[in-house]
Amino acid sequence: MSSEPVISVRSATATLGSRPVLRGIDLTVDHGEVVALLGANGSGKSTAVRSVIGQVPLTGGSISLFGTELRRFRDWARVGYVPQRTTAASGVPATVREVVSSGRLSRTRLKWPAKADKAAVQRAIELVGLADRAKDSVNALSGGQHQRVLIARALAADPDLLIMDEPMAGVDLASQEILASTLREQVAGGTTVLLVLHELGALEPLIDRAVVLRDGCVVHDGPPPEAVGQHALPGHDHVHPHAAGEPLRTGLLT
Amino acid sequence: MEILELAFMQRALLAAVLVGITAPAVGIYLVQRRQALMGDGIGHVAMTGVGLGFLMSTNPVWMAAIVSIAGAIAMELIRAYGRTRGDIALALLFYGGMAGGVMLINLSPTGSNANLTSYLFGSLSTVSEEDVTAICLLAGFVILVTVGLRRQLFAVSQDEEFARVTGLPVRALNLLVAVTAAVTVTVAMRVVGLLLVSALMVVPVAAAQQLARSFRMTFALAVLIGTGVTLTGTATSYYQDVPPGATIVLMAIAVFAALTALAAPLARRRARAARPAVDGCDVDVPVTRGPADDVKV
Repeated sequence: MSSEPVISVRSATATLGSRPVLRGIDLTVDHGEVVALLGANGSGKSTAVRSVIGQVPLTGGSISLFGTELRRFRDWARVGYVPQRTTAASGVPATVREVVSSGRLSRTRLKWPAKADKAAVQRAIELVGLADRAKDSVNALSGGQHQRVLIARALAADPDLLIMDEPMAGVDLASQEILASTLREQVAGGTTVLLVLHELGALEPLIDRAVVLRDGCVVHDGPPPEAVGQHALPGHDHVHPHAAGEPLRTGLLT
Repeated sequence: MEILELAFMQRALLAAVLVGITAPAVGIYLVQRRQALMGDGIGHVAMTGVGLGFLMSTNPVWMAAIVSIAGAIAMELIRAYGRTRGDIALALLFYGGMAGGVMLINLSPTGSNANLTSYLFGSLSTVSEEDVTAICLLAGFVILVTVGLRRQLFAVSQDEEFARVTGLPVRALNLLVAVTAAVTVTVAMRVVGLLLVSALMVVPVAAAQQLARSFRMTFALAVLIGTGVTLTGTATSYYQDVPPGATIVLMAIAVFAALTALAAPLARRRARAARPAVDGCDVDVPVTRGPADDVKV
């Protein structure tokens, strides 16, 4: 494997509207590393990963993926992206297999899917433990299962780099463990991972390095911080009201 | 069947089948991206095209196709770039299109509001040989796009941001959906009329959703329902002398209502079949437990 870092972000700045969200971020992720981006709401975590995949334009600095400038990067099949979503459903019913299959389009593009593509989709569904639900509508799934569908969709292209934006948001403990073991297998196979997390949780043993953002700046880059005080208690969870109308939980033990 | 021997009815039925296939085939992608009313907007814009066709004494179907394609592209660009106040821009486009149509048709020597009515509400009996050729060609394009690119269009309509990261040409595909929707509006214009086109894009899809669990099944059922109601609606309008557009749309809504009523018991049976073993909780809770008791887990 080449010695080029998989992700290299150099003094990146970005604004949303007129508000500076990233104020000069440096971030390097090497081959095979698992890096967690941590930070409070509004610290710029999501903007940082979305700029890495070219969805937020930079106002300064530069980003390269696999040694290629982002502007010239075309090899998107090497990148599996799990966006921050609470649902994998849309306005029309779709089965788990149909949604996961769309992840394979980064390899097939405008071509017809071959046998190998269908096999890859099936493998991705099995990896997240949803083989028995493959023909079910995603509307019939629980929150954690939705997240597993989104991850299977990213894995369908057999990516070398996984980028995940809060994959554990609203996921029950059982699904968290399945996701952690899926991720462990991917990492053992040499996949590089960059993920946004609100807290380390079930993924803690997998994470090589944590980068903590505050107000659009990197304030920590090194071993994952130990959870302290109330945050270390097993019952402590952060569940955010991503969807309107959901009950708001404060994260305090009740 | 004398209905099949009359040349104008043959043309009408052919147009009806093509509309029954194409309208839901495009509509499913609009419903998927929650833009169910986009067809309605294009219909308004197409009116200017019809007016222009009369004014320039060319075929209104082709003129409407050109103008509604331009309008659909404008709408898609407004959606993609001008996120702020996009609704106002769309409203300007809708009502500008409608007013333009009424104005142009009144300026033209051959046109009158009576002519416009046949485009607003559909008029199968006046479908000419030339119209049928245009409708066939346009419908062929729509079917080619909606079936041939279904995987790509599904991905783009399901999750646009994800689709962009897979490297798909998302902007081009979005424009293609807009153009295809515009073409469908002009195909359906003679059959159900511009004001009711959107219903045929949305209602069969909504009806199919009640039964289907997959996208593929929703697509097939919606096209089946669409073709069913356009054919029966056209035949009914011949025998009963009722307006075809309104008949077709009311029938589609009746199918939607019937399938919705059918879907509830079906969903219950599916839920029962899915987990036969688990019958409620099997944990014994002592009735005598009080608040002071020590509860161990």
